[in-house]
Amino acid sequence: MNVMSSQTSASTGGNQSGLRSAKRLLGVAFGSLIMLLSVPALAAGAAYEGEHFEADLNDLPSMQRGFKMYVNYCIGCHSLQYQRYEKTADDLGIPHEIALENLVFTGQRIGGLMVNAMAEKDAKAWFGGKAPDLTMIDRIKGSSYIYNYLKTFYADDSRPLGFNNLAFPNVGMPHVMAELQGIQRNNVCLQEPVIAENGGEKRDPLSGEPITEEVCDNLVVDEGTGSLSAEEYDQVVADITNFLHYVGEPARADRNRIGVFVLLFLVIMFALAWLLNREYWKDVEH
Amino acid sequence: MSNPQGERPPAGQNPGAWGNFMGWLDERFPATETFEYHMSKYYAPKNFNFWYYFGVLSMVVLVIQLLSGIWLTMNYVPSGSGAFASVEYIMRDVEYGWLLRYMHSTGASAFFVVVYLHMFRAMLYGSYRKPRELVWLIGMGIFILLMAEGFFGYLLPWGNMSYWAAQVIVSLAGAIPVIGPDLMEWVRGDYLVSDITLNRFFALHVVAVPLMLVMLVFVHLVALHHVGSNNPDGVDIKKHKDANGVPLDGIAFHPYYSVHDIQAIVVFLFFFCAIMFFAPEMGGYFLEKPNFEAADALKTPEHIVPVWYYMPFYAMLRAATYPFLGLDAKFWGLVIMASAILLPCVLPWLDRSPVKSIRYKGFASKFMLGLFVVSFVVLGYLGAVPPSPIATGAAQLFTATYFLYFILMPWYTRVEKTKPVPDRVTMR
Repeated sequence: MNVMSSQTSASTGGNQSGLRSAKRLLGVAFGSLIMLLSVPALAAGAAYEGEHFEADLNDLPSMQRGFKMYVNYCIGCHSLQYQRYEKTADDLGIPHEIALENLVFTGQRIGGLMVNAMAEKDAKAWFGGKAPDLTMIDRIKGSSYIYNYLKTFYADDSRPLGFNNLAFPNVGMPHVMAELQGIQRNNVCLQEPVIAENGGEKRDPLSGEPITEEVCDNLVVDEGTGSLSAEEYDQVVADITNFLHYVGEPARADRNRIGVFVLLFLVIMFALAWLLNREYWKDVEH
Repeated sequence: MSNPQGERPPAGQNPGAWGNFMGWLDERFPATETFEYHMSKYYAPKNFNFWYYFGVLSMVVLVIQLLSGIWLTMNYVPSGSGAFASVEYIMRDVEYGWLLRYMHSTGASAFFVVVYLHMFRAMLYGSYRKPRELVWLIGMGIFILLMAEGFFGYLLPWGNMSYWAAQVIVSLAGAIPVIGPDLMEWVRGDYLVSDITLNRFFALHVVAVPLMLVMLVFVHLVALHHVGSNNPDGVDIKKHKDANGVPLDGIAFHPYYSVHDIQAIVVFLFFFCAIMFFAPEMGGYFLEKPNFEAADALKTPEHIVPVWYYMPFYAMLRAATYPFLGLDAKFWGLVIMASAILLPCVLPWLDRSPVKSIRYKGFASKFMLGLFVVSFVVLGYLGAVPPSPIATGAAQLFTATYFLYFILMPWYTRVEKTKPVPDRVTMR
């Protein structure tokens, strides 16, 4: 950056400590900045550590399926009040007629906001509170949260609606997709292989059979209660998560695409600016 | 390298259409004169270094903020029921609205980055010393206005963090004895932060403060160009002039520094755009997560924290934990915070060193400036973490060292051994 001072630092001797101390200070400043950036995320809270899910904005079919799932299972209670059907259809590559016929169940026009008709009063009576709008849930809680939330509903008779959730303990929402996933139970005891210190499974030295122990923190779906297999249900959850990731910030794909060109332009621009500066300063005594 | 505005054609030669126009204009308006005074015949020291880029970068960010702000205002709705939705409307339905919004939010943080570095440059090379005391004071005015501008603007998206941050900061006024509670109500215009507060903050953010900011920036430059720029050696370049009265160590701002600064502007824009396009939330520091939820007077965010650029001062506010003289600790926190912001104003009169630049000051000055930087940065970190006994203790310690930099300055700048200052600027 500092063309002048770096070019000439060798030729002039004398006092260098000013610049050196400035560099030291700069070092301290950057060090502290890194420290600052490593402060744990501000939202935090004692959260359930589930699976990590990386949303994929390039998976168009997944987001389209997520859109379909959302309007079928979620939008009745959870509006996307800042997002329009038209923009969603356009961004996800769905023709307007098809979207209107298959995805808009409210009789709205294609340009309408994705709202619903559930009155706050009813929501209070049914679920104890208003179902939150989910337009920006991905930006508030992150994709992994949504993914884990949708996967960790389990049957719990102590809850008014019969279900509880690991990612959101004592949630007021029923398991809307129980017909797909099936009834899941928490703290099911299973025999699991014992893991040795080196990371491998411990085996009986005589029989070669794995040594197992009873572990009781398992989520297990009652067989035959859901219409989808575990893999199929995971895909459904991934689709909805991808869709909500898109809805959280529809401009994300755009800005990442445009940003590359802007930065490339600035690199070229810098080369020109550098040459221009060199041309002007070449005759200056310094 | 000649500039058309600066040179009149010799007598008898056709001045051309441009020359004719400039001649006509100059008879009626000091166009050429002003251009020469501030640009083509303003002689800046030749030895500017890296730190001298942040003045021009502040101007670049100011322009970015003004332009993006004007366009945001075209679609923003300043009302409790409409503000949050209008920001999302800008993000989703306005063509390139997301770009305008991220430009403005990234610009807010960038403004403080470049201004803090610009101020640090002045502290490094003694740019606040005589005859530049007014340049420094006007700059402090700009800084304080900028903090106000950031605070008012932060409420406008009407997110939950906007709401509660405003609630907390306005309630500080309540700690002032006797008039506090009434003052608080007067500032908010209501019993709590409401639609009324939002509307007045909007007026201040888009009209009153920017107007004052632009005027002060103008006056800052007028004062600077009257006394001339300082330089990393802190020597007066006007002592040695050539036959034409041009300082030997000076060089015309335009074109030399204008082309020089273009490089810095492009590098700055590279970082700016990298953040704007690829990480506009900056991990929750430029755009805080709770602000993606609409303001809710019944739902307090887990940790209410101001944006990063207020953190050092926020940490000092929280560092006060003892009531004193029968007044609340909160009041003393407010006093400490206000003093921390205002104390740099008297810097020109605290510095008693015979030399200006850190290059020729003694060890004590270097150590204290280093300590000041460390204190400021660590306080910034402490402002971000939830309060704990250790964090509060550390904040108290670094608040003390922050103040010591100023309070001890008249002493250590006088007793330390300084180095001889060269007669002319050095190029390194």
